[in-house]
Amino acid sequence: MSVTAYIRILARKIFRRDRMADEVQAELCSHIALRADDLERSGLSRADAERRARVEFGAREKYKEECHEALGGNPVGTFMQDVRFSVRVLRKSPGFTIAAVLTLALAIGANAVVFAVLNGIILRPLNVPHADTLYGLEHSDDHMGQESYPNYLDLRDRSRGFESLVAWNMSQAGIDTGGNPSRAWIATASGNYFDALGIQPFIGRTFHAGDEHGLNSAPYIVIGYAYWHSHFQDDRSVLGRVIQINKHPFTVIGVAPPGFRGTLLFFNPDFYVPIVNQPQINSEFDLNTRGLNWIFETMGHLKPGVTPGQATADLNSVASYLDKTYPVDDGGMKFILARPSLYGDYMGKPMLGFLTALMTLSGLILLAACSNLGSLFAARAADRSRELALRVALGSSRHRILRQLLTEATLISLAGGAVGLSGSVAILRRLSVWQPFPQFPVQVPVNPDAKVYLVALALALVSGLLFGIVPVRQVLNTNPYEIVKVGSAGVRGRRVTLRDILLVLQISICAVLITSSIVAVRGLARSMHSNFGFEPQNAMIADTGLGMAGYSGDRESAMQRRMIDAMKTIPGVQSAASINWAPLSGGANSWNVFTDEAKSLKPSSAAAGPYWYNISPDYFQAAGTTLLAGRTFTWQDDKNAPLVAVVNCEFARKLFGSDKDAVGKHFQVALGADIKRIEVVGLVVDGKYQNLTEEQAPAVFVPLLQEPMSQTYLVVRSNGDPQQLAAAMRGRLHDLDEALPVNIQTWTQLMTAILFPARISTVALGILGMMGAMLSITGIFGMAAYSVSRRIKELGIRMALGAQRKEVLQAALGRPLKLLAFGSIAGLVLGILATKILANIVYQATPRDPLVLAGVVLAMALVGLVATWVPAQRAISVDPLILLREE
Amino acid sequence: MTDRAQLLPGTLDLLILKAVSLGPLHGYGVLLRIGQISAQALLVEQGALYPALFRLVRQGLLKASWGTSENNRRAKFYELTPAGRKRLREEADGWNRLVTAVASALAARPEEV
Repeated sequence: MSVTAYIRILARKIFRRDRMADEVQAELCSHIALRADDLERSGLSRADAERRARVEFGAREKYKEECHEALGGNPVGTFMQDVRFSVRVLRKSPGFTIAAVLTLALAIGANAVVFAVLNGIILRPLNVPHADTLYGLEHSDDHMGQESYPNYLDLRDRSRGFESLVAWNMSQAGIDTGGNPSRAWIATASGNYFDALGIQPFIGRTFHAGDEHGLNSAPYIVIGYAYWHSHFQDDRSVLGRVIQINKHPFTVIGVAPPGFRGTLLFFNPDFYVPIVNQPQINSEFDLNTRGLNWIFETMGHLKPGVTPGQATADLNSVASYLDKTYPVDDGGMKFILARPSLYGDYMGKPMLGFLTALMTLSGLILLAACSNLGSLFAARAADRSRELALRVALGSSRHRILRQLLTEATLISLAGGAVGLSGSVAILRRLSVWQPFPQFPVQVPVNPDAKVYLVALALALVSGLLFGIVPVRQVLNTNPYEIVKVGSAGVRGRRVTLRDILLVLQISICAVLITSSIVAVRGLARSMHSNFGFEPQNAMIADTGLGMAGYSGDRESAMQRRMIDAMKTIPGVQSAASINWAPLSGGANSWNVFTDEAKSLKPSSAAAGPYWYNISPDYFQAAGTTLLAGRTFTWQDDKNAPLVAVVNCEFARKLFGSDKDAVGKHFQVALGADIKRIEVVGLVVDGKYQNLTEEQAPAVFVPLLQEPMSQTYLVVRSNGDPQQLAAAMRGRLHDLDEALPVNIQTWTQLMTAILFPARISTVALGILGMMGAMLSITGIFGMAAYSVSRRIKELGIRMALGAQRKEVLQAALGRPLKLLAFGSIAGLVLGILATKILANIVYQATPRDPLVLAGVVLAMALVGLVATWVPAQRAISVDPLILLREE
Repeated sequence: MTDRAQLLPGTLDLLILKAVSLGPLHGYGVLLRIGQISAQALLVEQGALYPALFRLVRQGLLKASWGTSENNRRAKFYELTPAGRKRLREEADGWNRLVTAVASALAARPEEV
């Protein structure tokens, strides 16, 4: 039969169902009439004959049903019948229905949100054509992609696996469109960037490799679509306009297309500028120093037919060439390839780990919800056993009853899925436009797509099936005669029922979630109060780049000194200083250092790669960092004075073997091309520099006059009101140079970005933990209430016979509470094992913490108390007299 | 009732085809005809007849049309299609083979073994 014919027949069946039903009905009636005629002829009265004919015929409804089935059945029709019946049944018990739908909505919603985030961040490729062949380069040792410009050129020209390697970097710059100077995030990109990625401009043109004619030769801007939309109001006449970037004129040549948001998933540049003009954007980065790795990432499309393995091997042959030719700068270089969207494995791996863990946990939530609903369904089926038995007795097939129960389960799960999904869509819409950090253009596009909807639908259907099949055996074993005879008390089950196992499973899942969320909260609380090596409280930070206002070289340090002096004139300010990157602000430089005795300064023979800070004299005082030995700097430590440094204890241990007597020793550093020998004049405490979970890192502080830097973080310590202080600082800085774009915030606010992973994971785990607790409560409540209601007669008799309250309670609730204890212990053990994963994200996440253990036990006890309160009340208040009278 | 034989599963279709092959019949008529040709020895449950009829119609072995019965009642009449006729022949042959085989098996005496 052809498909169209089949569909036609099916359609006819659906639409003519009534006609078919009428025909079957008519035929059966005609049969009975004919039979009655015969009976009448044999001497019965007409009425008796008809009655007798009907009786002889048997269960007419059953045969009608069989006729429909014999006619090829009508799956849609039967299904619609099931649906209508299920809706009626569910409508009759709105409490159950609402509870079930909401439980599932929460669970499916949570899963949809987590999956959509996983989908948006990990699964979805960058929005560029042929993203499947796009790979980023990263160093195999630290998984970073950073490269110097000369190295990039060699890689681009000597490697043979890529169509065209592009390089890009991100910088913050001061821009002036002819009014208010502001800051913008700029992607500096190699000339071939747009062409190699296959990105066509929205309007105007992009820049090309042919535009590059050496240093600062291509002052062109391609505006990002979002920035064009928000700052230029979609003005097409922007093409050809000149915009000042760091006081250098750049011409707008085009606008990037709407879908293109740069080549790092969550980082959306405002402008794209040719990389040959990078020195104008950030004077610290020059194009000629091979040892200066400032390019953020290098990437490209593989040539057709080239495998990632071949391309990697080819890159490494270029690397060994570079290693031989430039041993000082490129010694021991080795590459691997990774997906560029999350900066390769550097962020991709932890992100994937975190999201997988979250997905697992929310999957567990869904499982818990299913087992919860499964036991509810089983309880309902047991309560409905009389109804089911009657239906079987009246000729309904067990198959049909099961199908109807499954339809009920599916309806609930679909409703739950729909509610959950609409909730999660609302959350995801908000997440997608959320910018967690004011100072970074970070935005994660997690809008749900078809995949998310499909997954939610699949989850809904699977969970419907999961909990729908729980009562199957119960229905199959239904013996209509027994049940109708005996009543619903039924047969005593085995000692451990499926329902018990489900409940224990569910409670242990919830205990896992509660354990992990308490561990996370504790970890976060500790990391907020851990030892940073500085005092973020009462410290205000103003950050700016002097290059944004056109300063360079010695004018920078002069300006920094003026700014510090201006800060000190604010009433209430105890100290003020500057540093090129505030610790835990999200940025830092680092250099390879060598012992004083080292002969070869190859990267492989480096003694350490410490964080490298340029500070003004009073920095340690302003930051609240304790000086352990030696001295800090003065303004006399300038270019004419001997090179000096203050180091932390870890640095001293790495370089000199111990942190005693570090003062007075020397070390060497290769700053770009020149090698410097620096004397240690002071020792400070260890601290945290890049993030809270890092291993103790070495750090070096050098006087800013000996190494001028454009990037400036002013640290101002004062006990005064932060808002007034910020206003005063802004005023003073504006007086000094009104073209200088400045961000002012407290140091604690500045650390938001660093604490973000810990915070977001704590919130996520907290939400999951709460959901877990809620599910446990409803699960135990359901079980306890059910067990009390089934045994209420027995309890009444016991009370009549003189049982004490305690004994009654024990009889009624002993089992649920025993299961609770079982599940909690299992969950606690599992949770403790699982928190090892957490340690990656949450600082000091350790489950071996009496407070965590106590917290979990208390939480589970509370869950038990809340869940069994109402059933316990009901069990105690049993009045044997009323009960016995009722039956 | 007890002297009536129980129908073997699967034989109902065969009996219906046979009954209808003797001339178009309505459902009740099929019932009566089966009783008649089996000398009232075979009992067909009245209701069970109809699902079987519908199944045979669906398989294209019978065709049905509404008409008027001998005592002027509207009734649906069934008759054999060519495919039904073929099937009847096949099934009857199969049945006969089975019966012969079973009968000869039952007739076996110890000395023949």
